[in-house]
Amino acid sequence: MKNKYSVFSLIKNALSQHENWKQAWGNPEPKKEYEAIIVGGGGHGLATAYYLAKKHNLKNIAVLEKGWIGGGNTGRNTTIIRSNYLWDASAGLYDHALKLWENLSQELNYNVMFSQRGVMNLAHNLQDVRDLKRRTHANRLNGIDAVWLNTEEVKKFCPIINTSPDIRYPVLGGTLQRRAGTARHDAVAWGYARGASEMGVDIIQNCEVKGIKRNGDRVEGLETTKGFIKTNKIGVVAAGHSSVIANMAGLKLPLESKPLQALVSEPVKPIIDTVVMSNAVHAYVSQSDKGELVIGAGTDSYVSYTQRGSHNIVEETLKAILELYPIFSRMKMLRQWGGIVDICPDASPIISKTNIKGLYFNCGWGTGGFKATPGSGDLFAHTIANDEPHKLNAAFNLNRFVSGDLVDEHGAAAVAH
Amino acid sequence: MFLINCPFCGERDQSEFSSGGEAHIVRPKQPTELSDDEWAEYLFMRKNIKGIQFERWNHVHGCRKWFNVVRDTSNDKILSVYKMGEKPPVNYK
Repeated sequence: MKNKYSVFSLIKNALSQHENWKQAWGNPEPKKEYEAIIVGGGGHGLATAYYLAKKHNLKNIAVLEKGWIGGGNTGRNTTIIRSNYLWDASAGLYDHALKLWENLSQELNYNVMFSQRGVMNLAHNLQDVRDLKRRTHANRLNGIDAVWLNTEEVKKFCPIINTSPDIRYPVLGGTLQRRAGTARHDAVAWGYARGASEMGVDIIQNCEVKGIKRNGDRVEGLETTKGFIKTNKIGVVAAGHSSVIANMAGLKLPLESKPLQALVSEPVKPIIDTVVMSNAVHAYVSQSDKGELVIGAGTDSYVSYTQRGSHNIVEETLKAILELYPIFSRMKMLRQWGGIVDICPDASPIISKTNIKGLYFNCGWGTGGFKATPGSGDLFAHTIANDEPHKLNAAFNLNRFVSGDLVDEHGAAAVAH
Repeated sequence: MFLINCPFCGERDQSEFSSGGEAHIVRPKQPTELSDDEWAEYLFMRKNIKGIQFERWNHVHGCRKWFNVVRDTSNDKILSVYKMGEKPPVNYK
């Protein structure tokens, strides 16, 4: 790596008042032709380009981003990372990602601030208890760390939770994955962008795809706001806008795009040192390194591409947060925003070839794609380079909606994703 | 969040309604003769349009009746409301 970040580079740049840091990634104009083009410069898209260059030796590739990199859902999520999914296929996929997270800062020479502070999922009724215990067992059979905590142990692990039996949805216990945690979301996009750019990948921002040129059953290139670019491999990682791109190629996907909201509070001293999620009352909370509470709300029930979401969804989430954490009752919320998530009928992603040759889709991550960023990029790169899925993403093909072999994580995962 | 003009009750808050997704997906007349591809198309594949979408809504916390809405999903603006069984307005494509 030419501009390796280290304590020495920090000292050297301190001597010149930090005014001589090199740009972390380039800003090129598109070439006429690429071996492969990734549509979408979020974490997943940039990771795909990074692994295509690094592991599959494809150097003449580009990432097209209509806005700025990491400005979509990568910069809008609540940064939770975990792998405690019920089904074998999901466990394989998400734990592959978690293992890559564990070494990602070293791999990228970029601090992604991955913090394994644990993720706790709460149970509020008898069915929750049964489901979460079952999931704990399933996780352990798949080699994923998981423990069941009773109410007292939940209280001990996170003392600010209200475990009184008198609340509307009392805490009956919870599961804990200690290897789970959070990371700095922007850093993931920037780290992959820097790594990919270093290997010669063109990262082209402010370049929107307007059309896909097809010749019979294969792709020939992309119409963009910066002109036509020739390529015979297109990997689409456009999250909420996947259907929009698919429609350009005359393809329909099993997706619905909906606004998902999050909000952060004013910064306060450290009060919660883990991530707590509650599926039943739909509230999840962690604390950022700046001290803000990071709170995730639910999706709106209708298709919409407006990046905002409804007020009543926020209200419901905050009601649940206040019942579980009475200590937060006088906190002020600073910012609220929405991102458009593409939801599959079985709440599992699609990392797949299509019936159009050279067109690949990585979509359907719905409300929980951030945690999978490194794994998703790695497996999608494998799928594009070999024109065949890796065994870890074979189950996540588009054809499962025809064969009926769904990976139904809706009720099974800790749902809030 | 927006207001929906229920054809039976008048203008009400969107939180009183539940979304039924894309409208005018016709249940196959001969389900036994459908191929797996046709089933997948009917059950799962959606246009998921960014722009003008025809969709179904149910006034679930009101009259509990279903009806159709034409809405621009890029700005949530409702362009037209019409009852079940009525022909969709032709001036939106």
